[in-house]
Amino acid sequence: MSVAVPRPATAPDEPRERDVARISLRELLAVAALGLRSRRLRASLSALGIAIGIGAMVAVVGISASSQADLLATIDRLGTNLLTVAPGTAFLGQSESLPNTAVPMIKHMGAVQQAAAVYSVSGATVRRTAYVPAEQTGGIGVDAADTNVPSALGGDMASGHFLNAATENYPTVVLGAGAAQTLQIPAATGHIQVFLGGTWFTVVGILNPLILAPDLDHTALIGLPVAERLFKVQNSPSTIFVRANVDRVQNVSNLLAPTADPQTPDGVQVSRPSDSLEARAAAKTQFTTLLLALGAVALLVGGIGIANIMVISVLERRGEIGLRRALGATRRHISSQFLMESALLATLGGVAGLIFGAVATFVYSVAQNQPMVVPLYAVIAGPAAGLLIGAVAGLYPAAKAARLSPTEALRAS
Amino acid sequence: MTGAGMADTGVALRLTDVVKEYTGGVFALRGVSIDLRRGEQVAVVGPSGSGKTTMLTILGTLERPTAGGVFVAGHDAVKATDRELAGVRAHEIGFVFQGFHLQEVMTALDNVATGMLYTGAPAHERREAAKIALDRVGLGHRLTHRPGELSGGERQRVAIARALIKGPSIVLADEPTGNLDSKSGAGVLDLLHGLAAEGATLGLITHDSNVAESFPRRIQMRDGEIVADERQ
Repeated sequence: MSVAVPRPATAPDEPRERDVARISLRELLAVAALGLRSRRLRASLSALGIAIGIGAMVAVVGISASSQADLLATIDRLGTNLLTVAPGTAFLGQSESLPNTAVPMIKHMGAVQQAAAVYSVSGATVRRTAYVPAEQTGGIGVDAADTNVPSALGGDMASGHFLNAATENYPTVVLGAGAAQTLQIPAATGHIQVFLGGTWFTVVGILNPLILAPDLDHTALIGLPVAERLFKVQNSPSTIFVRANVDRVQNVSNLLAPTADPQTPDGVQVSRPSDSLEARAAAKTQFTTLLLALGAVALLVGGIGIANIMVISVLERRGEIGLRRALGATRRHISSQFLMESALLATLGGVAGLIFGAVATFVYSVAQNQPMVVPLYAVIAGPAAGLLIGAVAGLYPAAKAARLSPTEALRAS
Repeated sequence: MTGAGMADTGVALRLTDVVKEYTGGVFALRGVSIDLRRGEQVAVVGPSGSGKTTMLTILGTLERPTAGGVFVAGHDAVKATDRELAGVRAHEIGFVFQGFHLQEVMTALDNVATGMLYTGAPAHERREAAKIALDRVGLGHRLTHRPGELSGGERQRVAIARALIKGPSIVLADEPTGNLDSKSGAGVLDLLHGLAAEGATLGLITHDSNVAESFPRRIQMRDGEIVADERQ
């Protein structure tokens, strides 16, 4: 506004060309870092909120990825080329049975590496002694097994050895991992006997858990010849485990039913155990969504904490703000400084959180004897989330700092 | 220094009928008009509440008037944007305050280098200039000291070095000797007069008549108006 005053005889000096206020981004970042360095304790405490939130999220993602990787590694190790053949349920609900030619027929298929069968021994129970009532079976079933069942399943022995051509003819038994636990037999020493279907059987081996056939963990396995002799077991498999060539699994799978039972192929159930394990691995990730949501709440609280600290900081540093304005800082320089300070603080919190989360994942993986996996997206998203939260949390304090009148700011201190 | 087609008039600062009203109807300035010629040394005296600090902040473009014209180093400070005014402060105006406003975590050298932070000069250039400025105020041996390790007089000299580092054409000081003993105060005044002798326009607020005596021009204020403008 020009005012009605007599113009002075002389006009003021003309402006100089170079008069622009500027500061490079790098310098502004250094100023923001200085602001944090001069209040170390406060800065680290307010970054801790973000660090905990991001640490929790990285740990959740890392631990779930690690156990998923472990499961997938197990599947890889055990192979995805195992197929199981079992009698299905017939049209009218009565259970079917597989013909006794099923195993030799399957073994003749071109892409089949091996086939091993188990046969259910109905009516037999396993007890430590004859004095245990017959009803207390402990949920342990009795099956007769071919001697190559462990090799077909990729299983190994916890103790002793599996049935072989000699022992399968005599009353010897191999216990699944769960069955051994239920019967409280820690090791197969060769001296322990169990009372199986009215006969004493010697425990010659204990299996480790069979991941591809968990049903067998709660089963006592005896030889087929002895089962036929003592329990009149028919040579009709209850399950056949088939290993196929890796690249022809689907072909074999399609042909298994008509091969096992050419007369009623519809009554044969073929499945691939690795499929259900893979489904389980995928299901684990859904559980983590809930935990991630909890981590997000922690982050929100951390973000509010940072906004709060920055507002207090702006009020305390009015003198500094006034001085910077006097030295030539524009409002934008002031708001950028505080925004960067907030973003830097939260990003450092994010990096710290990433380290916390990775360490937690490492400790868990070592304890669980699993491979350690921290997904790349978590490595990037941790600090990036910190940056974003810090920028949002700093918006209001930065605007407040920029709005301060420099004279009031200078007078305040 | 001169713009195209305009004569060099030598007026560094000009207020024309400046009114400053604060919210609540308080008038800090009630129509103030002055010219400060380039290189002129002016002391502004008056009781507290007379509007001298408000006048200084308007001259320093830290505040805008409610009405009237303000020209600073050739810029129309009423029409200029915030960015333009910041540019004027960054390059043309050096401020010295009663409270020194030094950053405690930074060395004297870095505090002084901050004086050129918003000019766009690179860090090494600013540090070089800061060394020269500290030498100039007699603190060449105190480069790495922090404000807490310096006396009051030394701190004010660091603040002066921060104001003079960019070679400002205008130096505005608000009670720069207010917190100092008379010996340190005299040293600070000598420094400021020395700056003006090199061509900078110096405006200084004081309520100490001894300080005012050392200035060739003295403006007396009362109740938001200039009541006397004396030249020796």
